[in-house]
Amino acid sequence: MKKITVIAIMLLATVTFAQSKNEQATIEVDGVCMMCKSRIEKACLATKGVKSANWSVETHELKLYYNAQKTNLDSIKTKIASVGHDTKDIKATEEQYLSVHPCCRYRDDALKDEHKE
Amino acid sequence: MKHLIYLLLLWPMLNGAQDKISGTIFEANNNNQNLPLAGANVYWLNTEIGAVTNLDGEFNLPYNTNYKKLVVSYVGFKTDTLTINELKPIKHWLQPSDNLDEVTVTSRKRATAKSFLSATNVMTVSSDELLKAACCNLSESFETNPSIDVNFADAVSGTRQIKMLGLTSPYILIATENIPTVRGASQAFGLSFIPGTWVESIQITKGAGSVVNGFESIAGQINAELVKPTTDNKFFVNFYGASSERMELNTHFNTNVSEKWSTGLYLHGNTHNQKHDVNNDGFLDMPLYNQINIMNRWQYTNPQKGLVSFINLKFLNDEKQAGQVDFNPDTDKLTTNYWGSEIDTKRYEISAKLGYVNPQIPWQSVGVQTAFSGHKQESYYGLNVYEINHNSLYANVIYNSIISDSRHKIKTGLSYTYDHYDEVLDVDNLNPNYERTENSVGAFFEYNFDNLEKLNLTAGLRVDHHNLLGTFITPRFHARYTPWGKSAFRASFGRGKRSANIFAENQSVFATSRSINVLNNSGEIYGLDPEIAWNYGLSYLQGFNLFGRKADVTLDFYRTDFKNQVVVDYENPQEINFYNLDGESYANSFQVEMNYNVFKGFDLRTAYKFYDVKTDYSSGKLEKPLTPKHRVFANASYSTALKDDGKQWKFDATYNWLGTQRFSSTVINPTAFQLGDRTPTVATLNAQITRVFSPKFEVYLGGENITNVRQDNPVLSADDPFGSYFDTTFVYGPIFGSMYYAGLRFKVL
Repeated sequence: MKKITVIAIMLLATVTFAQSKNEQATIEVDGVCMMCKSRIEKACLATKGVKSANWSVETHELKLYYNAQKTNLDSIKTKIASVGHDTKDIKATEEQYLSVHPCCRYRDDALKDEHKE
Repeated sequence: MKHLIYLLLLWPMLNGAQDKISGTIFEANNNNQNLPLAGANVYWLNTEIGAVTNLDGEFNLPYNTNYKKLVVSYVGFKTDTLTINELKPIKHWLQPSDNLDEVTVTSRKRATAKSFLSATNVMTVSSDELLKAACCNLSESFETNPSIDVNFADAVSGTRQIKMLGLTSPYILIATENIPTVRGASQAFGLSFIPGTWVESIQITKGAGSVVNGFESIAGQINAELVKPTTDNKFFVNFYGASSERMELNTHFNTNVSEKWSTGLYLHGNTHNQKHDVNNDGFLDMPLYNQINIMNRWQYTNPQKGLVSFINLKFLNDEKQAGQVDFNPDTDKLTTNYWGSEIDTKRYEISAKLGYVNPQIPWQSVGVQTAFSGHKQESYYGLNVYEINHNSLYANVIYNSIISDSRHKIKTGLSYTYDHYDEVLDVDNLNPNYERTENSVGAFFEYNFDNLEKLNLTAGLRVDHHNLLGTFITPRFHARYTPWGKSAFRASFGRGKRSANIFAENQSVFATSRSINVLNNSGEIYGLDPEIAWNYGLSYLQGFNLFGRKADVTLDFYRTDFKNQVVVDYENPQEINFYNLDGESYANSFQVEMNYNVFKGFDLRTAYKFYDVKTDYSSGKLEKPLTPKHRVFANASYSTALKDDGKQWKFDATYNWLGTQRFSSTVINPTAFQLGDRTPTVATLNAQITRVFSPKFEVYLGGENITNVRQDNPVLSADDPFGSYFDTTFVYGPIFGSMYYAGLRFKVL
């Protein structure tokens, strides 16, 4: 019994730790420009529980700080997809993708090259 | 069976292979509207298969799986190549080609950058801009900036006085690294105590500004960020010499003491020992002076723990001698042999800052700032003696965080200031000693909302308890709204309150024969009440492309409304009167500024300013003296492309035109000592050429006031300086005429 309690407490502690209020994560999000940056960050922050979102135009990395008790990475990714941006696991639907400004069509290789110039 | 399913699945593709692809081409626009583009060429790359879009922008093309790249082109638009992997209707927006430059031109760092994003109307002046006018200290750093006017305060001290929104520097909060420094006793000469090479960048905020740095700012805030041991060059030397025989020397040494500690030693010396009297009025055109200025900085950086700290030690010794050419301080001091003046200043400052950023949670940070300064000025102007001792302590704690997410940022904290003033005077009419202590405790809170797109606003409030000013609230508000691309509408309002150091701020009155009177005696500060003003501002910034090059235009309107002001009344030429405002006093300023990158490397900045500054004097409502109503400013700079070996040429020219300025009344003087109603207009031209030989070495050559414009009679009654009409305050233009200088900069990176 004692052992179980100890394990339970330890697990609980781990769970609480995992459900940190300031959980950090870095995920890759597709996009090309400053407009995408604003769109992606806005979508993240509109998700309840997300505290800070910073997407890099160069690396496509999105650095997130969120309250793990209120949200999780999947719902953030779904939110990102809903404004038209792909992550590795959750892709935006064609309709969602087409809702982005024409200059932000990141799935188009030619357009990507233009932004690189 | 299984094979059949595969076949069925493949069927649409095989079928599609013989199909056509259709689509619509639109013109790209900011509103996401569907504007069809008729007559656009659409063709498969490296084939002859193509089509032209119809009136509705639609096209049809044969498709097979070998075709991957679809080219869409149209005159006046950017050609796009689309990758087609599957057969489905295409919608494509073509960009007009004048937007092209925006993408392809490599963005360059601008010497002066206006923010499109922040809520406050803030301008950042980088060290590149500071190099455009090579000389020499902070008061001269604003020559190429249209928002700040640089004037001469009087004909004796040679001090430059800055103005913003039509108001003099006491109404501007001037800070170094966010610690208010040019205030109190150092108000008159303090800007010349910050050498130009020590300045890394300057932030100029028009309007009320933030509540974080105190309640004193009214017209705006200027913050000078100084060079830092870890980012400055290991070794730097700057030598400057001018045709007036003014010489300056700056050296910087920076070194890492340990992994976490670095230190920098910054030495500045300037000297001018040649007497000039170009206008033959018997008075020096500029004072003789020597200055030694030393700063030692220690920087501690610990990124693992999120700590940064600075400790600064500063010492200054400044000596000036002015007055008649034949004046010899050893024999003529405080006599009527010759009129002369000496101003000796010693100042030391110790300041420490500690910043902590939570490495786990980057939006949480705490900053602590403390600064102590001692300032001692001993001076005399003719027979008037003025000494001031000012000891000051400043402490500020700021906590930064967010509420719920990073769109909502907060800053909150506490501040404490202590100032002790001890003034000794030997001037007719005035007490021999004025002494006062001021202290204040305040709490502030500032909230910033940024919706990451169109709206950004900052609202701040502080409550202060001050032993002489009472307990009061200082609200300040700034908002930025962007309704369409590259635009920023800004609005702000805020309150400021301060005690006026009437003698320190108006030292030039001692260099006159005027009798000095303080007309009120019920107030706490020299018998006067504190100054209170509200500032309101509106601004519109629009960036655009003109002939394919970047340009922006700014319209600014600011109004400062004094609830109380210590009026400095020169309207009787025999007197200078200080009294509390009875009626209204305001400063309206309107500015239109345009920046244009005419071609690569060539930037043009032009501005027009209109000032309407009026005060109810006891003799009636009048325009503020020596403040031009109209001002035109133009600055052109050109730099050649930077070569691989670091060689570069830089050219810079600044033109300033000041409209007529009102002279304070001299009608009761005998006609020989009367001036007109208004000054003539003044136009000056400065230019500089810099040759960069390598990243380590450059030389520069320049001229100030090249067209040799001079005010002929800056000193009234120069023949009889101890008579009753002597006055050195009627200065509206350059006294010395043109001056040329050369210098070099050498650095070890």
